[in-house]
Amino acid sequence: MNQTKPGSRVDRRRFLTLAGLAGAGAAAGVRPAAAAPPTPDPDIVNLPPWTQALGAGVNNHPYGIPSPFEKDVVRREVTWLTASSESSVSFTPLYALDGIITPNGLCFVRHHGGEAEIDPARHRFMIHGMVDTPLVFTMEDIKRMPGRTNRVYFLECAANSGMEWRGAQLNGCQYTHGMIHNVVYTGVPLRAFLDAAGVKPKGKWVLAEGADASAMTRSIPLEKAMDDCLVAWAMNGEALRPEQGYPLRLVVPGWEGNMWIKWLRRIEVGDEPWGQREETSKYTDLLADGRSRRFTFFMDAKSVVTSPSPQAPLHARGPNVVSGIAWSGRGTITRVDVSLDGGKNWTTARIEGPALPRAMTRFYLDFDWNGEELLLQSRAMDDTGYVQPTKAELRAVRGVNSIYHNNGIQTWLVRSNGEAENVEVS
Amino acid sequence: MSRSARSGALAGAFLLAFTGLAAAETVKLGRPALPEEIKAWDIDVRPDGLGLPEGKGSVAQGEELFQNNCAACHGEFGEGVGRWPVLAGGQGTLKSERPEKTIGSFWPDTSTVFDYVHRAMPFGAAQSLQPDEVYAIVAYLLYLNDVVPDDYVLSKENFPTVSLPNRPNFYDDDRETTEKAFWHATPCMKDCKPKVEITSHAAVLDVTPDAGKEGDKPAGAVE
Repeated sequence: MNQTKPGSRVDRRRFLTLAGLAGAGAAAGVRPAAAAPPTPDPDIVNLPPWTQALGAGVNNHPYGIPSPFEKDVVRREVTWLTASSESSVSFTPLYALDGIITPNGLCFVRHHGGEAEIDPARHRFMIHGMVDTPLVFTMEDIKRMPGRTNRVYFLECAANSGMEWRGAQLNGCQYTHGMIHNVVYTGVPLRAFLDAAGVKPKGKWVLAEGADASAMTRSIPLEKAMDDCLVAWAMNGEALRPEQGYPLRLVVPGWEGNMWIKWLRRIEVGDEPWGQREETSKYTDLLADGRSRRFTFFMDAKSVVTSPSPQAPLHARGPNVVSGIAWSGRGTITRVDVSLDGGKNWTTARIEGPALPRAMTRFYLDFDWNGEELLLQSRAMDDTGYVQPTKAELRAVRGVNSIYHNNGIQTWLVRSNGEAENVEVS
Repeated sequence: MSRSARSGALAGAFLLAFTGLAAAETVKLGRPALPEEIKAWDIDVRPDGLGLPEGKGSVAQGEELFQNNCAACHGEFGEGVGRWPVLAGGQGTLKSERPEKTIGSFWPDTSTVFDYVHRAMPFGAAQSLQPDEVYAIVAYLLYLNDVVPDDYVLSKENFPTVSLPNRPNFYDDDRETTEKAFWHATPCMKDCKPKVEITSHAAVLDVTPDAGKEGDKPAGAVE
């Protein structure tokens, strides 16, 4: 590919240097303009290098990468959370995103045995157990199956916000709420494969298994498997990213992310759940009385203000936009209310863009900021009538040892200088 | 849904036992899985013992295997090293501020230990242990948790008789009854509380990665 002429690399370096200087000039130049007599903006009166010199050719990045000025918009790990990076989580930078679709490269990552790198030509998908005919499919077979569909769903880890049960801990919605993403999945209903194999009448559960080094498994009720689960190979139009289960993953709409088995290789049909590690020792909810709920599959309605937030401060008084996301594993988001005063008074926000079932929904509240401190909250409702609870309401029922399914209302303290902090209020 | 898939579904409604065959013939994709192939992948073990391989292992054998394969992360007595999981102890802590959720204090089913050790351990060398070795390691873990005596030999035959102490304390999701106050509420919109006070600041803990202070072990974790 002819993507670098000898001179073009030099030009590009010069481009970046000059652009960086121009950016610094802009930051220094705008603010004094408000107080002092107006001076011409150098970014307007001086012709910038990108207007004068040729930019890079069309194949500069054959796959495409974000602007270098967006280099801070990346997934981030909280290293103290886990013993090793192969069994850890890297969080979606929610504060920097908008709309409802998460870019594939920013979808949070949670592994239990590292990222499996699988040659799709060697990947097999097996259906067996209580079926008439156990079957094996290649990736080519799967992509020939009838009933291919495209669906937008959120995927949230049950432990999302799990570090906040005992109080405000992490500064930034990337860490408090970043174990969620929302993409368009392309795949075939799991039902098509189960029907092809022929589930025996005694079959009541399926076990889904991944091909990674944790051989991750979860038991799923057959009813759900036959309802809306997908066997998916693409997200947002491209092949699954390796960290999202390439070449094949299970999609379990509205249910906790741990069940969405990545690197999916096996579905077994049985008459009882399997009691696997991920549904007994993990992903069960320890309550205050020392007993535990199991099979807590649904992700309840939840929302968070993504901007302003600790990583996305306010920059100026006057018109501003509160932006956030809401979702419910039980159905469709019907309403989101926003409070600027810690839950004393609420205003119904504007849902903008598609509000799809079991998908992330974007809301906005346009408001004028006079520089007063804000205690910013959002409260989601879904079409089952579920209302996102306060953290106090949630703790009153569950105590603080649950780890999972923390969907309490989040509060950001926005100070008069525009900076924000994760707090909790009475 | 394609016409052929729909007719397959209709046939299924009338001829339940033959649905699979009919649909497989209709779709004509995939191929029958061979018994050897199913055996190679079907490693899961259920609480009722279904899926257990033939074999046995003693606490003493398990101790040696555990020290060689597991102790670097889990400690010689399952007490845990660093942030790696603690496997033994923790009894009586489930209602406390720092619950320790071990095999003995929390896990409901012995089968889960066998299944997980076989499927995913040792970390970095998954599925390298033979069935007798897994039986032995599970026996040692049960011994560490005071579930079996030190001369115990665990086998496929006596496996279903070994139950873990916390088993009765699990119950199915009941959110729709215990949390029914979260449904059908008419949320308050105006003057919902007399005053608002900040009760907790994230900045006090200061464990956010960007803040540059890592290493401390705060409350709560992803497991």
